[in-house]
Amino acid sequence: MTFLLNNFVELTVTGLVLGAVYGLVALGYTLVYGVLQLINFAHSEVWMFGSFAAVWVTVAIGAGPDSGIAVAIGVLLLALLAAMVVSGAVALLIERVAYRRLIRLDAPKLVTLISAIGASFALAEIMGLRDRLAEALGLRDELNSYVRSARDNTRFLNPLETHGVFNIGRYTVSNVDIIIIVSALVMMVALDQFIRRTHTGRGIRAVAQDSEAAALMGVNRNRIIRATFLVGGVMAGAAALLYLMRFGVTRWNAGFLLGVKAFTAAVLGGIGNVRGALLGGFVLGLAENYGSALVGSEWRDVVAFLLLVVILLFRPSGLLGESLGRARA
Amino acid sequence: MTLLEVDGLCVNYGRIEAIRDVTFAVEEGAVVTLIGANGAGKTTTLKTLSGLRKVRAGAVRFQGKDITAMPAHLRVPLGISQSPEGRRIFPGMSVLENLDMGAFSRADRVKTRSADLERVFTLFPRLEERREQLAGTMSGGEQQMLAMGRALMSRPKLILLDEPSMGLAPKLIQQIFSIINDIREQGTTILLVEQNAMQALRIADRAYILETGEIVREGTGDDLVADDSVRAAYLGGDV
Repeated sequence: MTFLLNNFVELTVTGLVLGAVYGLVALGYTLVYGVLQLINFAHSEVWMFGSFAAVWVTVAIGAGPDSGIAVAIGVLLLALLAAMVVSGAVALLIERVAYRRLIRLDAPKLVTLISAIGASFALAEIMGLRDRLAEALGLRDELNSYVRSARDNTRFLNPLETHGVFNIGRYTVSNVDIIIIVSALVMMVALDQFIRRTHTGRGIRAVAQDSEAAALMGVNRNRIIRATFLVGGVMAGAAALLYLMRFGVTRWNAGFLLGVKAFTAAVLGGIGNVRGALLGGFVLGLAENYGSALVGSEWRDVVAFLLLVVILLFRPSGLLGESLGRARA
Repeated sequence: MTLLEVDGLCVNYGRIEAIRDVTFAVEEGAVVTLIGANGAGKTTTLKTLSGLRKVRAGAVRFQGKDITAMPAHLRVPLGISQSPEGRRIFPGMSVLENLDMGAFSRADRVKTRSADLERVFTLFPRLEERREQLAGTMSGGEQQMLAMGRALMSRPKLILLDEPSMGLAPKLIQQIFSIINDIREQGTTILLVEQNAMQALRIADRAYILETGEIVREGTGDDLVADDSVRAAYLGGDV
């Protein structure tokens, strides 16, 4: 208890940082659920591929922490772009391979769910076996810096040096903390506006509220489904870079736990609810931090999933409890 | 000129035949009505015309073009729109947002928005009063007006109205039918599905009676109103 109180500010800031990442990944779950009433279990791999894209861009450029602020920002923006593009592409690939045919056949939800789980394992293993793939393609030497020790942690060299910006109590808030929280909020507001104001965004809301009525308005459901996967993927890509800036490593199977946490965040906030995803992310990040301060950090995941169980028992529709359709966002 | 031709249409739900060999035509500028009991296949027919149901056999032609296999979302820009059974308004959107959804497929929707809205608000002044209200919180009658207004926002050549009077108070029903007349006078062709057979026949140029998925009678609205067996079966016995 005294540990929690003495480190309250730090636990809060790092909880918000973690929560921002959860929230951005949770958007992908919530958007697809809103439109299809399906949990896209392969979304964790969308995030994982984005994280590798960000790592590889920085490796390719070869910029270290000592190359100056302008270069650092340029490299980070390139890494962001690469992560968003790769994650968006992987999300579209999942929609194409694991979903489209099943949706057209109106297959039972369980079938589609299993297909998504299969896609998730396949994608993770492909990343974990990238050294063998490179070898089979005869590109082992050319790609060595990208495929080396494929099953171990892959480090991200943040070109931006972490430094303190201001103090709250005893904790020094860093530039990276601020960048992560602000970026996540900016992305959320952008998404909110996208869904509320753009033509495609209105189409997404219409399909989420009543897919058949949306067809009667001339909304092309298949196009809206693709747009939803793409937007969710782009958000996960952004989350991947932000995660790396703070935690510095990724791994072929890192998507699994992060994906389950982000899914938890989406359910906490109310699945299908865009604003709920961010709220759920923050609540989960904070709860994990406070919880592990109280009972020990090895209990972090227990705290997170117990929170999920408790929320589901007492408020099954989540904190904000509306669907994407009903939410005016 | 014939706007819509339906030729030998068969639609199944699984193994069950929902409609069988349904043939009828809608002339441009006319009000045509399909009447019949619950489960006769009226709603299935309209859903099929909008592309929401797969056709097992037969053909649908619109302005002479075969659209039998055309996806639903492409039929709206062609000029077919529908106010569906149960209204199906978007409950989490405001009245204005619902109306904007009606114009979703129009490329020039931004340019024509104010004119289109004005047309709808002239027909349904109530909707203008409620333009910012969340559609899901409105009364049944208001939701019906919204569904019809929304269907008009695409500037259809043919509007399909599925049970516009369902669940409404008698006074409101009168109002809805008078608005249907206004829509016709503005030059939009109407295919009307109703259980309220008397009202529908009075307004219709041509009427078809559906029974368990098949057309059993057809004629002008006046003919069928005057027909004793029709009166007995659909208009509440001896009037």
